[in-house]
Amino acid sequence: MDVGIVSYGAYIPRYRIVPQEIGKVWGTDGESMGRGLYILSKSVPGPDEDVITISVEAARGSLRRCNVDPKQIGAIYVGSESHPYAVKPTSSIVAEAIEASPNMTAADFEFACKAGTAAIQCCLGLVGSGMIKYGMAIGADTSQGAPGDALEYSASAGGAAFLLGSEDIIAKINRTVSYTTDTPDFWRREGQDYPSHGGRFTGEPAYFKHITAAAKRLLDVMETSPSDYDHAVFHQPNGKFPVRVSKQLGFNEQQIETGLLTPSIGNTYSGAVPLGLASILDVAEPGDRIFAVAYGSGAGSDAFDITVTDAIKDLRLEAAPTIKELVERKKFIDYATYAKYMNKIKLKEAVE
Amino acid sequence: MAVARFWRENASRYNLIGTKCGVCERVYFPPRSVCPTCHRASIGKMEPFKLKGEGEVLTFSIVHEAPSQMEMQKPYVIAIVEMDEGVRITGQIIDAELDDVAIGMKVRTTLRKVSDEGDAGVIHYGYKFMPL
Amino acid sequence: MRDVAIIGVGDTRFGELWDMSLRDLGIKAGLAAVYDANLSGDEIDALYLGNMSAGKFTEQEHIGALIADYSGLTRDHIPATRVEAAGASGGLAFRQGVMAIASGMQDIVVVGGAEKMTDVGDVLSTEIQAMAADQQWETSFGATFPALHAMIARRHMHEYGTTRDQIASVAVKNHKHGALNPKAQFQREIKLESVLRSPPVAEPLGMFDCAPVSDGGAAVVLCAMDKARKYTDTPIKVLASAQASDTLSLANRASPCRFDATTVAARRAFEIAKLEPKDVNLAEVHDSYTISEILAIEDLGFFPKGKGGEATADGQTTLGAKLAINTSGGLKARGDPIGATGVAQVVELVHQLRGEADKRQVTGAEIGLAQNVGGTGATVVVQILGRVN
Repeated sequence: MDVGIVSYGAYIPRYRIVPQEIGKVWGTDGESMGRGLYILSKSVPGPDEDVITISVEAARGSLRRCNVDPKQIGAIYVGSESHPYAVKPTSSIVAEAIEASPNMTAADFEFACKAGTAAIQCCLGLVGSGMIKYGMAIGADTSQGAPGDALEYSASAGGAAFLLGSEDIIAKINRTVSYTTDTPDFWRREGQDYPSHGGRFTGEPAYFKHITAAAKRLLDVMETSPSDYDHAVFHQPNGKFPVRVSKQLGFNEQQIETGLLTPSIGNTYSGAVPLGLASILDVAEPGDRIFAVAYGSGAGSDAFDITVTDAIKDLRLEAAPTIKELVERKKFIDYATYAKYMNKIKLKEAVE
Repeated sequence: MAVARFWRENASRYNLIGTKCGVCERVYFPPRSVCPTCHRASIGKMEPFKLKGEGEVLTFSIVHEAPSQMEMQKPYVIAIVEMDEGVRITGQIIDAELDDVAIGMKVRTTLRKVSDEGDAGVIHYGYKFMPL
Repeated sequence: MRDVAIIGVGDTRFGELWDMSLRDLGIKAGLAAVYDANLSGDEIDALYLGNMSAGKFTEQEHIGALIADYSGLTRDHIPATRVEAAGASGGLAFRQGVMAIASGMQDIVVVGGAEKMTDVGDVLSTEIQAMAADQQWETSFGATFPALHAMIARRHMHEYGTTRDQIASVAVKNHKHGALNPKAQFQREIKLESVLRSPPVAEPLGMFDCAPVSDGGAAVVLCAMDKARKYTDTPIKVLASAQASDTLSLANRASPCRFDATTVAARRAFEIAKLEPKDVNLAEVHDSYTISEILAIEDLGFFPKGKGGEATADGQTTLGAKLAINTSGGLKARGDPIGATGVAQVVELVHQLRGEADKRQVTGAEIGLAQNVGGTGATVVVQILGRVN
């Protein structure tokens, strides 16, 4: 049985902040910081947005584009490291908001930046085994970087939803493999507002090692080489890492161009590879082959080999905004507004 | 503790479920159990009816003195929107420049955080309008 | 049905009355009215009290009994009833008193209205006032009470070409009247520019378009007309008291530019009184916002729909004109202690009809009308009073 993507939708908040604006506050040369990370601006959620609202908007977009009755969705998994509740699922609210509930299962996933692809893998398993007809996998984040920390230049917001099934699939997922180790490169303890990271330890032993291992494993299993793929997308904590890792693996710039969004919207964490994949599907032609590798700190990588089918022509792409439209829909804000929206300003208790 | 007060309205707050009178076919939002036009004849014939979520601004205001729940968003736009089905709904317009909001502007609903019960309390989600 | 007369009135000053509690306000106004009616106190059959939200403002409910208690009315255990219809609580309490006497069940009743608003902060006070609107489907989605009126104003401007200046002229006129009322919260005139430049609250309305937060109490004594002469030489006759309702949410109305409950209550009242709008010499209308007065004078039938703003800016509702609107200063300048307002309107009409309104006296006042609104027009009470010659 072929299993794959039936439809997809995405959402990126419209607010943006540029690195110069952040650097100005902390006495850092924001422009060179941005150049170093290859991040020209990052998305910022509005004060009334969170992972739940982003997930719902993305999921509703995916349903507008196809003819699937939401009641036939048997599972909803939302992957994020910024679920609004520590206890109380994001996924049950999404399920209610897309009218998929109550005869279905739902759960929230967390695996740093790869919780969204982990959700995709789970849905693939459930669909492939015949346990459910459709599964909704969402990767979304409104990630936080501590004020003044290097992460503040990249941590952004956005997400994408994938409706997975075995009928009328617009993209067949040929294979997925993973690579997982205990590597503490980035973490956030319970109750902490901001994550901590191992600085340069997040590079070679973490991001590069895991992405490379998972990618090579997939190429081995599929007996393919980078040139067999029309598009590739890699996790993109900044604009530099994915470019470098793709080169190391033998992919060229044209292959990764469409899926590389971090330079304009920053690192959307669990939303990063899902949004990159959505961006590729927005322009993909039947027969196109896609290589996608996510990375989550802590650490692991999920790699996917995908082939676009003829059914993509029947998808109502225009029924929901494309990634290009979402990226271009923007309003720049200053640091003070950013601090307010990101809840970084300490307020007084209301006096009645 | 207003958890249940909002929770029981979730179908309408999330998905614009109103009612349609089975006698005169008028659409109402929020839901009603009796039709103001058909009275007794409508009892038991008020069916759940989902609004499509699109409409146009009938009137609006830019709110500067906000309730404590909306302090972070001010100035924000509140509007009465006439939905395509004819029924009118009061809600915020978000993701629009203040100067662009006008009577007659086309909008559609989206889900946003509407309020919460403090940092430790439950979050209430509901519809808001964004430019179409 | 029996004819009903007003034989006594009393009120407190309106404003930020830091040294007075809710019970102080109710009792001060009530005792003044009882004194004015030349009653000993033994004659009172019942008490009706208008109050919107004592529980929220002062954490005290059950204030019918409270006010009866501290007014010294517990010896004979007379019935005391609190009436609530948001901003129309006072007008509605008055109507309950009128019905009690008209029906023959009671002969003399005291109707009071009181609200103590300044025992909570501004933000909470605004939120409590907004409870007059639909909490679940308007307020909780961000529609503040001023914002609902601002939406009325914007649509009125859109449909009828009413201008921002015309709307602001309501505040200028009411402050001009308030300057003549020693019990008003604001006893000073303001300029049109001050209204236009006041900080925006809910665009297009600014701070000077809104009635203030006020403490205050007002009371009247009602008596069967055939017994009224025993207590006073100048009984004022209740010619009509009518009430109407509408949808709680502004959005559910056919038009946000008019209060149909005002039109219906006024039509019923004029029918009962066998009068027409042109017979009215003065009216106290519910100007909780400047735009509300424009709606009121149109919906009551004093001016054609859409012409209220123009008429106000033109001075047609100012003291000295054929029809004087809000000689007390209205809610805008006299103040708006919510539950007291509807009763205070009646107190002002009585002073005018008795010819004792001093500097703000309407010459030859024979017929006065009061329009009291709850929420954004979901409850409207219209009273028509007349001199007895």
